[in-house]
Amino acid sequence: MSFEPRILGLLCNWCSYTGADLAGTARLKYPPNMTGVRVMCSGRVDPGFILAALKNGADGVLVCGCHPGDCHYVEGNYKCLRRIPLTKIVLQGFGIDPRRLRLEWVSASEGLRFQEVVTKFTEEIRALGPLGLQEWGFDPSNPAGDKQAERISAPLGIGV
Amino acid sequence: MSKPKLAVYWAASCGGCDIAILDIEDKILAVADFFELCFWPCAADFKYKDVEAIPDGGITLTLFNGAIRSSENYHVASLLRKKSVVMCAFGSCAADGGIPGLANLFTLKGLTDYAYLQSPSTDNRTGIIPQPVTKVPEGELTIPVLWNTVRTLDQVVSADYIIPGCPPQSDQIAAVVGAVIDILQNGKPLPPKGTVLGASDKSCCDECPRKRDIKKITKFIRPFDAKLDPDICLMEQGVVCCGPATRSGCGAKCVKAGVPCRGCYGLPAGVKDHGAKLISAIASVIDSTDPADVARILSEIPDPVGTFYRFSLPESMLRRAQV
Repeated sequence: MSFEPRILGLLCNWCSYTGADLAGTARLKYPPNMTGVRVMCSGRVDPGFILAALKNGADGVLVCGCHPGDCHYVEGNYKCLRRIPLTKIVLQGFGIDPRRLRLEWVSASEGLRFQEVVTKFTEEIRALGPLGLQEWGFDPSNPAGDKQAERISAPLGIGV
Repeated sequence: MSKPKLAVYWAASCGGCDIAILDIEDKILAVADFFELCFWPCAADFKYKDVEAIPDGGITLTLFNGAIRSSENYHVASLLRKKSVVMCAFGSCAADGGIPGLANLFTLKGLTDYAYLQSPSTDNRTGIIPQPVTKVPEGELTIPVLWNTVRTLDQVVSADYIIPGCPPQSDQIAAVVGAVIDILQNGKPLPPKGTVLGASDKSCCDECPRKRDIKKITKFIRPFDAKLDPDICLMEQGVVCCGPATRSGCGAKCVKAGVPCRGCYGLPAGVKDHGAKLISAIASVIDSTDPADVARILSEIPDPVGTFYRFSLPESMLRRAQV
């Protein structure tokens, strides 16, 4: 069976969620891989949400907010604009491809743009393949995690 | 009536926690008066077999410091868990993984290769790397097996209470030990399992005496890069300070001394990922709306993962770097 990516979409209530609605009412087709979650503002997106999504099986996270200057709360999307790049830097430090996280601006009237963004992001995640994040849970029958130890080769994290 | 037994152990730690216990000064006499010390490798000569001889549940209180990263750490943690009524994760390493937890950014092979072969000060021409089992004419010699992933105490055995800090502040230790003695002497109920002792629920900023105003950062600096104002918030001066997302209880000692909070008291109440909250707090104060400018300012943060997860990597959501 081919790989179907699981994508979490965090959509701002005022622009992007309405844009997604517009895409729906306009019968615009886009891949069903994204599960949209409405948040009040892209500035409400805690980087912890993104880490939790990736940890719990998402292959990619798409954050959508109002275009710069259009935020319903004046500057929430600017906060998001600053947090996402730092989250990407940290993801890279954890050995996760930062392309799995994307920030896009979609306004309420841009149903067509929403369709394009989701289609393109889904294809990119499909090309990246499954995230395959390991649990790293503790197994008392194999406390040292020897199987993991055998797979390791080069030190990570230097110069992050 | 025999005295209640007290055990203190160090796993993957530096020994600073043991020193911090001795730092409670004359109150240590009250501790010695009330408890019978049954195990404390740092301070007195006890063997593992002495602990094994104690009946299950025979130790009233164990203060366990250090992360779990080897078969020996795990063995003693399990042993003490079995023997103890109350098991406290004492200090950052036992509570959140601490500094040894940063090994989770690397691989075991990467670490041992660097330590035994590659580091500039290493002279190991025959390339010897310690092996768990070595055969010698007299028989087999064994050393503990080092793990690929560093873990917190609570991830491998259950811990009843957490006393955070690197090390926990001595006044807090004295207060906790005093409370424990009070509970045992007067038959009071124990706090619920999982309670964080010797700290408060708020963030370090709550205890910080520096003046706070609107934060607008155009450049991140390190404390030695500039002459810092002693009365103004360090974040406002461009220093990456972990205070906003770190539990208080230390009395904001570092910031009072002009050094940014390093995050040793760990996650405040209700926070699941220390680093994520720090990303949130630190990125949002950047004074720019231009993505290229933001990227440039962010690139000035030295070692972001190591800074944001300095004491809490094994306790974080992702736990370690993917390999």
